Amino acid sequence: MPARPAASRSASPAVPAVMAAGDLGQLFSALTTRGYQVIGPTVRDGAVVYDAVDGPDALAAGWGDEQAPGSYRLVRRRDGAIFGHRSGPTGWKRFFWPPELRLWQARRMEDGFRVEAEPAADPPRRALLGVRPCQLHGLLRLDRVVAGGPYPDPRYRAARERAFIVAVNCTEAGGTCFCASMGTGPAATAGYDLALTELVTDGAHRFLVEAGSEAGRAVLSGVPHRQAEKDEVAAARVLLQKAAEAMGRRLDAGGVKELLYEKFEADHWDRVAERCLACANCTSVCPTCFCTTVTDATDLAGGRAERRRRWDSCFSVDFSYIHGGPVRASVKSRYRQWLTHKLATWHDQFGTSGCVGCGQCITWCPVGIDLTAEVRALRAGGERGNGV
Amino acid sequence: MTGCSGWVTPNPYQPVACRVVAAVPETSDTVTLTIAPPPATAWRFQPGQFNMVSLYGVGEAPISIASDPADPEGLVQHTVRAVGRLTRPLTTLRPGDTVWLRGPYGRPWPLDAWRSRDLLLVTGGLGLAPVRPVVLAAGRARHLFGRIELLYGARTPGDLLYRDALQEWARVFDMTVRVTVDAVPPDQVWAGPVGVVTRLYEAMTSRPGAVALACGPELMMRFALQGLLDRGFPASDLYVSLERRMECGFGHCGRCALGPVKVCRDGPVFCWDELAGRVWVEDQPVLQAVGGGPRGPAAARRT
Repeated sequence: MPARPAASRSASPAVPAVMAAGDLGQLFSALTTRGYQVIGPTVRDGAVVYDAVDGPDALAAGWGDEQAPGSYRLVRRRDGAIFGHRSGPTGWKRFFWPPELRLWQARRMEDGFRVEAEPAADPPRRALLGVRPCQLHGLLRLDRVVAGGPYPDPRYRAARERAFIVAVNCTEAGGTCFCASMGTGPAATAGYDLALTELVTDGAHRFLVEAGSEAGRAVLSGVPHRQAEKDEVAAARVLLQKAAEAMGRRLDAGGVKELLYEKFEADHWDRVAERCLACANCTSVCPTCFCTTVTDATDLAGGRAERRRRWDSCFSVDFSYIHGGPVRASVKSRYRQWLTHKLATWHDQFGTSGCVGCGQCITWCPVGIDLTAEVRALRAGGERGNGV
Repeated sequence: MTGCSGWVTPNPYQPVACRVVAAVPETSDTVTLTIAPPPATAWRFQPGQFNMVSLYGVGEAPISIASDPADPEGLVQHTVRAVGRLTRPLTTLRPGDTVWLRGPYGRPWPLDAWRSRDLLLVTGGLGLAPVRPVVLAAGRARHLFGRIELLYGARTPGDLLYRDALQEWARVFDMTVRVTVDAVPPDQVWAGPVGVVTRLYEAMTSRPGAVALACGPELMMRFALQGLLDRGFPASDLYVSLERRMECGFGHCGRCALGPVKVCRDGPVFCWDELAGRVWVEDQPVLQAVGGGPRGPAAARRT
């Protein structure tokens, strides 16, 4: 269930607008005057990460990245593109489903403990600038897991409902991208307030802008823009088509659920287990991985305690621990759990795939395990290893 | 959802402080806690559901509800064995102490669907606790069911739960109760059968046509189900309650994922017909190897 009614975010039937790249600052102003804190891609620690940005100068403009299994490098671009990089390691889920969150705390009073609930209301109003279509699908899938059902997470939901999303379509595919296989990109189709397509041509640097919601149209009205020319719309379409054709990876999603069910006992899982370090990098960069652990902590005097929720991973051995031992003790069973959940049982549990094709699990795997290759190997008979 | 109403709080993780009104030792390491929910809350649950039970500053765990769903005072009971960081201090609670609850969660035993059927309840160890609400509910509405037979296996005579109640159930609820123990230590006395719970199948009167449930350690359930399948019980008449790690109780923490299901949300009670072929081989020899599961070299290897 989307956190926001779908109707308010349907794609605009109107002709797209065009905004000059030099007017990006005006977009910042339009967002901040409406009370949004702008979060966007910025360079830190040798990677493009998402954090608060106070203006276009803070964005990772002019940077690109080279991504391959187990490899990520920033590179300077010659064309000055502002969004010329791809999905990065930190993702957007942390702004709604934070890595660590206090659920509640309690204080010792004379007559026992008094619980002090964490306020559910009033999370920051955030404008996410530069959400890639794959990542946007990640948020939409996370919505189905934690914002819907009989126990919606109140803080996730409040933060999602208040967020303003500026998607940026991908005019270039990265080395580990496969959104075209998963039907999640390279163009955003739903779930955004504004969607930008960056057009960098000789002497003209501009954005094709589509509004996907009333809020998006209102913000756009405060930014200098004009109607797009036919050739600008066509140029964007060509770029997106080329990006779709230039995906660094491909995953044959047809029947992949049935394939993984069928291959649950394939010997190939042993081959993967020989390489997998069970480090959980893949689950921490995955836009849809949501698993958590809940722990209690007290202060030294025992007068105050709190219960916290932290991201956890199905790769940790304690993840499945019950009295008597973990259900999945071997690395093999843990990798199989992750991949099978992502591509197969997610459909049973939530009605979609758990994979959005962003390729971050491939890029950030220290040993370069590539799920698209693993699926190919399983399809080929389950006897072949990486790099098939 | 189950149609049960629990405590609705804006924060689904926030438990409610409840008072322990009784703490009765069952065995040397197991205690039944009787807990009074706060007066303002309408506490209702169905047999087979669980609560997330916690102690402030220690932690939280899913624990089956072991009491009568129609308790006139709305009291709730949990039978807890001291095996870990949370359950050890839980078993030391005294009347007047505070325990934190949220729930109830999970899909219950489908008692309504079992009406007019004979019931066979196969239990092992602590697995009798989540079945006790079935005994009490079915016993109270005794005319709605056919014959009821309870098979119960414990490690030793000293490990028997609800020891006094077992004979009372047989008498008051007009049901057959058969109890066995795995072993009798030299310092204990036991006149009943010795052996695993499936040894009681030889003496039982239940036949195919009865609804059967199995609840206990996974290995015990595996053999219990296999024995029933061998005797001609169809998988569609067999039910189990599964245990998996849970840290939320409502489908968000991801830990209890078992193939296509989440045990907290879709279970813990499952009809074997739903699970057969869908319960997954993990590292431990779990239910998978029971007939009706997927066949293959690996499944065969594990039997």
